[in-house]
Amino acid sequence: MAQLKGWKEIPIAGMILEAGNAVEYRTGGWRAFRPVRGEAECIHCFQCWLFCPDSSILVDAENEKMAGFDLDHCKGCGICARVCPVNEKVIRNAGTRLARDDARLCIRIVEEGKVEEH
Amino acid sequence: MSRFEALTGDNAVAMAMRQINPDVVAAYPITPQTETVEFFAEYVADGLVDTEFICVESEHSAMSACVGASAAGARVMTATSSQGLALMWEIVYIAASYRCPIVMSLVNRALSAPINIHCDHSDVMGMRDSGWIVLFSENGQEAYDNIIQAVRIGEHPDVLLPVAVCQDGFVTSHGMERVEIFDDEAVKEFVGTYRPQWSLLDIEHPKTFGPLDFYDYYYEHKRQQVQAMENATGVILAVAEEFNRKFNRNYGLFEPYRLDDAEVAVVVTNSTAGTAKVVVDRLREEGLKVGLLKPRVFRPFPARELAEALKHLKAIAVMDRSISFGAMHNAGPLFLELAAALSLYGVHIPMADYVFGLGGRDILPREIESVYRDMLRVAESGRVERLVTYLSVRE
Repeated sequence: MAQLKGWKEIPIAGMILEAGNAVEYRTGGWRAFRPVRGEAECIHCFQCWLFCPDSSILVDAENEKMAGFDLDHCKGCGICARVCPVNEKVIRNAGTRLARDDARLCIRIVEEGKVEEH
Repeated sequence: MSRFEALTGDNAVAMAMRQINPDVVAAYPITPQTETVEFFAEYVADGLVDTEFICVESEHSAMSACVGASAAGARVMTATSSQGLALMWEIVYIAASYRCPIVMSLVNRALSAPINIHCDHSDVMGMRDSGWIVLFSENGQEAYDNIIQAVRIGEHPDVLLPVAVCQDGFVTSHGMERVEIFDDEAVKEFVGTYRPQWSLLDIEHPKTFGPLDFYDYYYEHKRQQVQAMENATGVILAVAEEFNRKFNRNYGLFEPYRLDDAEVAVVVTNSTAGTAKVVVDRLREEGLKVGLLKPRVFRPFPARELAEALKHLKAIAVMDRSISFGAMHNAGPLFLELAAALSLYGVHIPMADYVFGLGGRDILPREIESVYRDMLRVAESGRVERLVTYLSVRE
């Protein structure tokens, strides 16, 4: 962690005087749940990228592909899984309620600490 | 040059606001401040000011609009009373924490319940830990003068805090008096142009106001507020000196009245200090050594200066127009803070508190006289028989 500054060295009132420095604040540590790519085929529709409130969907712009999650900033809100149209399709086809971490989903939400890497 | 007009205290404040010509005023009418907003709305309608006047739907919105406008770099004013201030609550703290130099005319009125529209100081006493500078005014003239000075105090780069200027609801807000009104140009020159160091509308330098602030920096920002309050005392005195040079009226942190050779004194704010001066004069004619200290600056609380000014006395009565329920001996906040200040600075003089005038109950010269006579007895015996008296309450 960077050296914390004293009260005489920082702008008053909590003002942030430079633009675009939210990236320096790593909010990934807040996460209780983590988005993980599941088995269903991602169609690279970018719905997750569009809705992610923390700009934490990584994109391979050259090949126009969804490339994963920026876990330094992702807070694990799960909005990506909610808006994923492939998830919607998998759930409908299953005909039953699926757990958020069901392996069949395109984006599944897994408890931090229970993530099995593949 | 200046002129004298017969004005209510509310009108005098509106007059100051017209002359200051703030960029933004956001206010909601509430008794007994209403007249100020009404008069000011007329000035806006008549094109006498350039102000963006925002008629909001509540005081919570009024203070929110003030904070937004101030962060945008505007010179901002508002006015309220009692329940209006109560409804502003969370934004009152935010205004101070965001270091917005908003000037508020606060016409003191009792807080509900039971509902009451008349004067006491329970509204302002609730905001004493909010980070606002608080000034008291004995009459319409002082309210007018304080509003003009408040702009300079709050906007000083070493301060950058909001300022509340108090006067007594109805007693002075609706009482018509002779008020000296300075030339528009002179006031304009005195308050100058507000050049905020940080402005949201400065799009060349984008910045963020009000981000999340956790255990790593919140505390440092509170420490900065402490420094601003510490700086405020000197700035208040410097502005008062400049005001005196330009307008020939002298203000300090408080006003001593026949205090130098007094043996007993009353400490009381706002309009009641005016009544108490009459009582002091009357008792002086009897040869009694009585005096008065009228606090002007309540935040920052000038503890050392007050201790210095009162240390020669033999007995002190504080008159509180509010109660701090459940505080030591259920006394009033002015008494409690002054008692702490005197104790800290080694001034050990018998003191008593007189709560009075709640909900607009009249305070009569003979009641103030009874306070002085009590204190003369205390001065003689050195013993305080009753620490807190609820003056003129019916048993």
